[in-house]
Amino acid sequence: MSNKEKYDDIFIECFGLAPDQLGDKLAYRSVQAWDSAGHMGMIAAIEEAFGIMLETDDIIEFSSYNVGIEILRKYGVDLST
Amino acid sequence: MSMRTDPVGDPSPRSLPSPGHPYALHRAAKQEALVPELNRLTRLHYAGCAEYRRLVDVLHGGPRQVDRCEDFPYLPVRLFKHYELRSVPEADLVRTLSSSGTSGQAVSRIHLDKDTAARQTRALTEIAGSFIGSRRLPMLIVDCPATLANRAGFSARTAGILGFSIFGRNPTHALDDDMQIDSGAIEAFLARHGEGPVLVFGFTAVVWQHFVLALAARGASLSIPGGILIHGGGWKKLASAAVSPDEFKSRLRRLTGIARVHNYYGMVEQTGSIFMECEHGFLHASDYSEVIIRDPLDFKVVAPGVPGLIQLLSVLPHSYPGHSILTEDTGTMVGVDDCPCGRQGARFQVHGRLKDAETRGCSDVDHHPA
Repeated sequence: MSNKEKYDDIFIECFGLAPDQLGDKLAYRSVQAWDSAGHMGMIAAIEEAFGIMLETDDIIEFSSYNVGIEILRKYGVDLST
Repeated sequence: MSMRTDPVGDPSPRSLPSPGHPYALHRAAKQEALVPELNRLTRLHYAGCAEYRRLVDVLHGGPRQVDRCEDFPYLPVRLFKHYELRSVPEADLVRTLSSSGTSGQAVSRIHLDKDTAARQTRALTEIAGSFIGSRRLPMLIVDCPATLANRAGFSARTAGILGFSIFGRNPTHALDDDMQIDSGAIEAFLARHGEGPVLVFGFTAVVWQHFVLALAARGASLSIPGGILIHGGGWKKLASAAVSPDEFKSRLRRLTGIARVHNYYGMVEQTGSIFMECEHGFLHASDYSEVIIRDPLDFKVVAPGVPGLIQLLSVLPHSYPGHSILTEDTGTMVGVDDCPCGRQGARFQVHGRLKDAETRGCSDVDHHPA
């Protein structure tokens, strides 16, 4: 499974989304399940899946699906494929 | 008139502290930073909240520009129980926090927009980071999973756990959904993380009743020498159980090995800008907030060392008029810019709830001497 597929699966699993809901428009609070509790669950799943630990600032900044891709790049996780 | 217009709806956090230093401002610098922002908030809420406007008109003769923190109008905190106080359209709200009132009591309902919620998170991160560092620690939550699962009833307790979760990793609940100690979960957690620093977080009364006393009742003990306990809220119950902070700490240490303990004081009306207890046992106002002690009869500011009613100021509330509130708690100012811990700003102590406060039952007792 590619990194991108893992990343997408986390959003689909954590927030109960359909694949076509992923992308530019998916942001914190844009879907009901992505609230503050959902956020921490999603962060935990990402840390587990990629074996990384995010800084507190990055947890706060992780405000959308797209921003998350940029943040993960800082941790050496390439989601371009 | 100033050259620059100051649109009342401008949410920019201009006067917020610089990142990483939430206790940096001396008395004069702090007034300089807080007063303009609090004046702006008074105007913002005056414009956006009819109830607040009425109160400021009637009690303070309108929204005057003031020069000192102690001159801002303050809202009695019980008004949040009786009125729906907000300064933004309902469509902008993202969450409503409620105080953890016991059944039958009216609860405060605090309405947050996205901006205010984000500012709360940021402030809490800065403040708590000053005590536990920026490294995220394995986190033992002294509560049950169900507290978090109930997102509809978003209580101060839920908000506290979630807010502090940002400092944690591998969050583990120490209690099961019957509020019983989950020995298996705790043992597995300690086997993995027990050697290093660990963040332990819980509501004060829950930590005492369901953790400390529950361990004692079982004749059990834990070894968490690297534990840092942060606890807050619900001290009222402890006061009526006549548990002093010293007894709380010493029994906790005996039964768990946890030696670092930070209480925090805060109101759901000012979530985020909490007052943390330092290494020397004093509560501190951060650069996001100010504390003022008033005589409960004539509401004049009292001198350090004299107990009185606690007024709290915070630059965080934008979606509701909670930037200056008069609590029903009593406390004493200890000093300003003079704590041996090195943090600038006011340090103070909280004693308990004012006698005869409206919401109190007859079994509630005022604070006992420690």
